[in-house]
Amino acid sequence: MVAPVEPRKIVIEPVTRIEGHGKVTILLDEDRKVTQARLHIAEFRGFERYVQGRPYWEMPVLVQRLCGICPVSHHLCAAKAMDRIVGVDQLTPTAEKVRRLMHFGQMFQSHALHFFHLCSPDLLFGFDADPAIRNVIGVAKEHKELAVQGVMMRKYGQEIIRITAGKKIHGTGAIPGGVNKNVSIEERDYLLKDIDQMLEWARGALNLAKNYSLEHLETVKVFGSFDSNHLCIVRKDGAMDLYDGNIRAINKDGEKIFDGVDPQDYLDYIQEEVKSWSYMKFPFIRQLGPEKGWYRVGPLARLNACDFIDTPEAEAARKEFIGVTNGKPNNFTLAYHWARMIEILHSAEVIRDLLNDPDLQGEDLVLSGDRRPEAVALLEAPRGTLFHHYEVDENDQVKRCNLIVSTTNNNTPMNRAVETVARDHLQDKEEITEGLLNHIEVAIRAYDPCLSCATHALGQMPLVIELKDSDGQLLDSRAKGLSNSS
Amino acid sequence: MNRMNPTVLIIGYGNPGRVDDGLGPAFAKAAEEWNLPGVSVVTTYQLSVEDSHAVALNDFVIFADATVNETDEFYFRKLNPNTEVSHTTHHLEPAAVLGLAHSLFDTDCDGFELGIRGFAFNDFGEMLSPGAEENLHAALNFIKRLLSFENGLNSSTLEPHKLISKT
Repeated sequence: MVAPVEPRKIVIEPVTRIEGHGKVTILLDEDRKVTQARLHIAEFRGFERYVQGRPYWEMPVLVQRLCGICPVSHHLCAAKAMDRIVGVDQLTPTAEKVRRLMHFGQMFQSHALHFFHLCSPDLLFGFDADPAIRNVIGVAKEHKELAVQGVMMRKYGQEIIRITAGKKIHGTGAIPGGVNKNVSIEERDYLLKDIDQMLEWARGALNLAKNYSLEHLETVKVFGSFDSNHLCIVRKDGAMDLYDGNIRAINKDGEKIFDGVDPQDYLDYIQEEVKSWSYMKFPFIRQLGPEKGWYRVGPLARLNACDFIDTPEAEAARKEFIGVTNGKPNNFTLAYHWARMIEILHSAEVIRDLLNDPDLQGEDLVLSGDRRPEAVALLEAPRGTLFHHYEVDENDQVKRCNLIVSTTNNNTPMNRAVETVARDHLQDKEEITEGLLNHIEVAIRAYDPCLSCATHALGQMPLVIELKDSDGQLLDSRAKGLSNSS
Repeated sequence: MNRMNPTVLIIGYGNPGRVDDGLGPAFAKAAEEWNLPGVSVVTTYQLSVEDSHAVALNDFVIFADATVNETDEFYFRKLNPNTEVSHTTHHLEPAAVLGLAHSLFDTDCDGFELGIRGFAFNDFGEMLSPGAEENLHAALNFIKRLLSFENGLNSSTLEPHKLISKT
């Protein structure tokens, strides 16, 4: 008689090469079948309460403290909301273009960091490769030119941020109603001298991601993949617009669920659900309900939902991208990387065009209007759609704040990806190796999640894996990367 | 590297909104006011890959951070470039930044880690605890003396065993 195998729980904590502190648990039954797979967010920060009582003009500076990774997105989204609070619906050309330059600088550096230094080890060395080389140091040793490009592209984007926001991290450039500085001729020329090199490297990065996707298309099609809705903001004419627009949601076949929704009305369309096992909320499309209304955001969703891209090289790349799925939405999780590199090229094209626009040197920086008590702003951050919603009282103090950050929007999709990969790669296995567990992380990493932002907490990323039985008894564990530094 | 007229980069990092986690930025802010020749200062929230390029442009780098480790006021030690550990997040450890600088940009920059002991990390607030303030001043005095060495900065002045009793 064979003794029954006890149900097992596999814990990956935290997930590596993402930002913030996440934990994955996978429950296997007696027959080693996956019964449940979840991405847990174990930290909590509560920024929405923290800003209550603070004056509204502090918001663009205050909320960016959510994160040291994409503070510019929070800075700009809060500034956009505060534009409405001070009664400004349209910025001056200079203010709008300086902000857009800041935003695309952020997009450029964030996508570069993720692609070259966080995900490329998996693509270059393989998901099962020795973890001793499957990291940025390994990339530096084996593909030095790529690693250098990643560093220099990241640095270029950071320089754009420094010039437009005043600092690389937690700048103050965007203020309610405009910006507090323009871009001088000297600053413009400093950035222009390297833009052709950045465009060239962006093209190379796009080719790398595209070629990987096409050469591994059978894997890309199924790895952590599933049909989903997609959501983003688009310009009124349907163009991709990462800075401003109305909300569009499409289903897995590309049919519009809703379109042209004013961000001020987002609560009529989006609802958030809370689950006891995660600090991260679960947004969904109200009319479809939580079971069918969850959606993806970020580069993949943006490529799927927009009608076109208004820069020529990125538009050509978009057409090639959607050609793989015959013009229908691409629902492949690993296609995020290809989509992200189309956006990095688009960002470089926009940066070049903005740097050549004399409006950047304009002197008309700030407008004001009639105060409003409430405002919503949306922005396409590198990781996806970012929602900021504020109510401000008659004393100019914020009395209510609701934030739906990019990674929160991708909460259900990341859980789906974890479950799909667990079922496809972990069940029925006699031994759960590090390489197999990395498959789970590869699926999460495709979304480039920023969990510290999503849960409003700072975290470090050591990895602890625990095997537990159904009673919670520890059967086995392994750990790496633990640190005591502050 | 020009060791006769070397350049020094000070990177103070941490979150100034989390009380003593702001020790690194506070150190950098004070060091910037020294205006010492050949010394440049950078403040950042956390270390990232692009810092490796700035490191590579200098002869010496000092990474200043808060530490929760039990030490005296601070510790100061030479770093070995780390070319082995995995990069797990956007944030890098000082030795990994130094390792990337060596690997990617062929520098022989020497790196040092200055860990200033803090006590309060769990609260919000842009201030330092009284104990952290004292430790900051001790660390500033020590590093300023080091960088203002009467014979000028050179490789021998930054040999820890000659000047540094703290480990």
